[in-house]
Amino acid sequence: MRALGRWLVAGIVLLLGRGRRPARVDRGERIVPPGPPSPGAELVVLALFGATAACALAFIVVYAVESIPHQTQFLGLSLGLAFAFLAAALVVVGNRLVVTEELEEGYPPPAHPSEQESLEQLVAESGDRMTRKRLLLLGGGAAGAALGAALVAPALSLGPAFEIAPFFRTPWRRGVRLVDDRGRPLRADEILEETFYTAYPEGADREQLGAPLVVVRLQPAELHLPAGRDGWAPDGIVAYSKICTHAACAVALYRKPTFPDVEPRPALVCPCHYSTFDPARGGKVLFGPAGRPLPQLPLEVRSGGELRAGGNFSGPVGPSWWGVRNRGAR
Amino acid sequence: MIRGVVRYLDERSGGAPFLRKALRYVFPDHWSFLLGEVALYAFVVLVGTGIYLTLFFDPSTAPTYYHGRYQPLRGLEMTHAYRSVVDISFKVKAGLLIRQTHHWAADVFVVAIVLHLLRIFFTGAFRKPRDLTYYLGLSMLGLALLEGYLGYSLADDLLSGMGLAIGYSVLMSVPIVGANLAELIWGAPFPGTPAFWSRMYVAHVFLFPILIGTLLAAHLALVAARHHTQFRGRRKTERKVVGVPTFPGQAPRSLGLMCAVAAVLFLLGGLVQINPIWLWGPYHVASGTNGAQPDWYLGWLIGALRLVPSFDVTIGHYTLVPNPFWGGALFPTVVFGFLFAFPWLERRFTGDHAFHNLLDRPRDAPWRTAIGAAAFTWVALIFLAGSADRVFVTFFVSYGWQIWFYRVAIWVVPALVLVLTRRVCVELLGSERVARERKLAEEEARRAAELEPVA
Repeated sequence: MRALGRWLVAGIVLLLGRGRRPARVDRGERIVPPGPPSPGAELVVLALFGATAACALAFIVVYAVESIPHQTQFLGLSLGLAFAFLAAALVVVGNRLVVTEELEEGYPPPAHPSEQESLEQLVAESGDRMTRKRLLLLGGGAAGAALGAALVAPALSLGPAFEIAPFFRTPWRRGVRLVDDRGRPLRADEILEETFYTAYPEGADREQLGAPLVVVRLQPAELHLPAGRDGWAPDGIVAYSKICTHAACAVALYRKPTFPDVEPRPALVCPCHYSTFDPARGGKVLFGPAGRPLPQLPLEVRSGGELRAGGNFSGPVGPSWWGVRNRGAR
Repeated sequence: MIRGVVRYLDERSGGAPFLRKALRYVFPDHWSFLLGEVALYAFVVLVGTGIYLTLFFDPSTAPTYYHGRYQPLRGLEMTHAYRSVVDISFKVKAGLLIRQTHHWAADVFVVAIVLHLLRIFFTGAFRKPRDLTYYLGLSMLGLALLEGYLGYSLADDLLSGMGLAIGYSVLMSVPIVGANLAELIWGAPFPGTPAFWSRMYVAHVFLFPILIGTLLAAHLALVAARHHTQFRGRRKTERKVVGVPTFPGQAPRSLGLMCAVAAVLFLLGGLVQINPIWLWGPYHVASGTNGAQPDWYLGWLIGALRLVPSFDVTIGHYTLVPNPFWGGALFPTVVFGFLFAFPWLERRFTGDHAFHNLLDRPRDAPWRTAIGAAAFTWVALIFLAGSADRVFVTFFVSYGWQIWFYRVAIWVVPALVLVLTRRVCVELLGSERVARERKLAEEEARRAAELEPVA
């Protein structure tokens, strides 16, 4: 115990700088100008170093002791404070413990004309022996370009760059059953008004743009589908691709109408950029950036009331590209 | 001790003269010069926390089921990628702290770069001989945006899936080659082949960091080679730079700044929640959520995508320009094109080909300041337009009306800002000139009065 006390006293003496070594012999002209000592600032820096160490140790303790609640918060607090104290210590060092000189230095010369000239000369003279420089340069360039192209060519293995057919493909065919997210077939009499349903093709991969549908029921009298879509909406039930034709987000909002005073018509809305589609008019764009209507899927109600696809979509599913209007969905 | 280390290093590297010079390199002092350093230190934190995260992240889209500690996700089907990020958040000790710090650091990194860019632009620091430094900085900004996008896409939560769908659509919309490029990169139509995840991963943790690091080194080397710029002042001229030397003056200050940046980032990472992916859930092609917003630095793009009215440019059956191209591809291209072209444009129109070590105050170059302010306003308004849906939810201002307002305002307001800013700069310069002339005239009058014989 007494030994500990002695160590403590010795430490304090050391801290307060009582035992400072005599200043080194002056070696002539100084580089860094002298400044007065600042024991107060030294003490502050030491205290801040101590606080840093304490916080760092606290971080380790919080890390090690699992039962501490809000561990993430305390970990962040202890580590953040450790860095904050260290930052404060360094700022005190910078402002109070080292000399802040104001030096003057010349900017480097803007250019080195003679060096430039000799570089130019060096390159020019090196090519003196060549008589057909242009041709050689051209040949070298061609070789380099060909080699470059050869090295880049394997990048085409990344994907089938020129196969456009997959963009038109969807899993929907005439007779494919509509199922919900648990794989249960969707029945026409379950489809209520003023709500919307997500449906998938039975037995197909759901993680493809052509798969998900949004299904809503409207009053048959409200429907004004484009020509040629007679019988696509049995009992007023319409189905559209759930993938927005603007930027491939899921059309996840149904304005049913939610604000009848200002927006009397129901609409399907994409939450990414608020493209708004009219389910009563074949998915026509009402507002927002989408450039094409939402593709509609013809529906059939077979015996037993199950909903089935009556064919494929009215157009390609998903975002537009240069070929999107060339053919229909396959 | 010091002598021993110095001798050891010098005898093996011959670097003593170089080090001696580097330690006495002069840093001019101005608070705005710290912005670039903040970006640098945020990058350091990003690399450190990022390496930690790679030790636990699994870049695989293979399906799995969650059976971990977080009740609401139990039994849900998800990818290994998403599950490993949920595990980093809940299972790995200190994982959530490091993940959130990494995310915050990315946001702060881009903030610092953008503020640094604004400082460089409005003080004319991009002029010869520092235009190359400026181009490197701009390239790093572009890479940082892509790198951030890749980072939050990797988590494979609902928001990252929606973000990837948008990125895919923007690439698809590029005229003539869009679909081919998208198919090449994704390996198949969206959501692509499983290999796409390894591609994103290697790009995010290897290619982009290496690229940014390399450009950063070149950027700093060029800064050091040409020395810092400085504002006009006593003894500060085009030929002489005045400031604090690296050692001992600048080093503790700069290291202090590094610790301060780390402190802020770890405090944010521990105390302020960011991107709680367990609340968003895993992404499926058929899922979407309302109120989806990207990280702040992509807000300008979501705003631009939302503002474009409904149209695709078509010739017969051929779709020349699908809609997302305007906001998602052309708009950032124009902004970066403007920034890259500006040093050249300014030289072209002012005929100023001289070397510049002294900075302008914004008022000293009224046209540059006016054009910069107008361009900034343009981007800032489009950025604000990206939050119109949140404004609707919070203040009940019709979304449609807001969009129409912005569609007009983004053209009118920058034009007004251009005229006004130029006027303000010219007036400020004018009042300074008047004050200077008055002072001169007063001095002259005083001298004349002293000379006049007393009657």
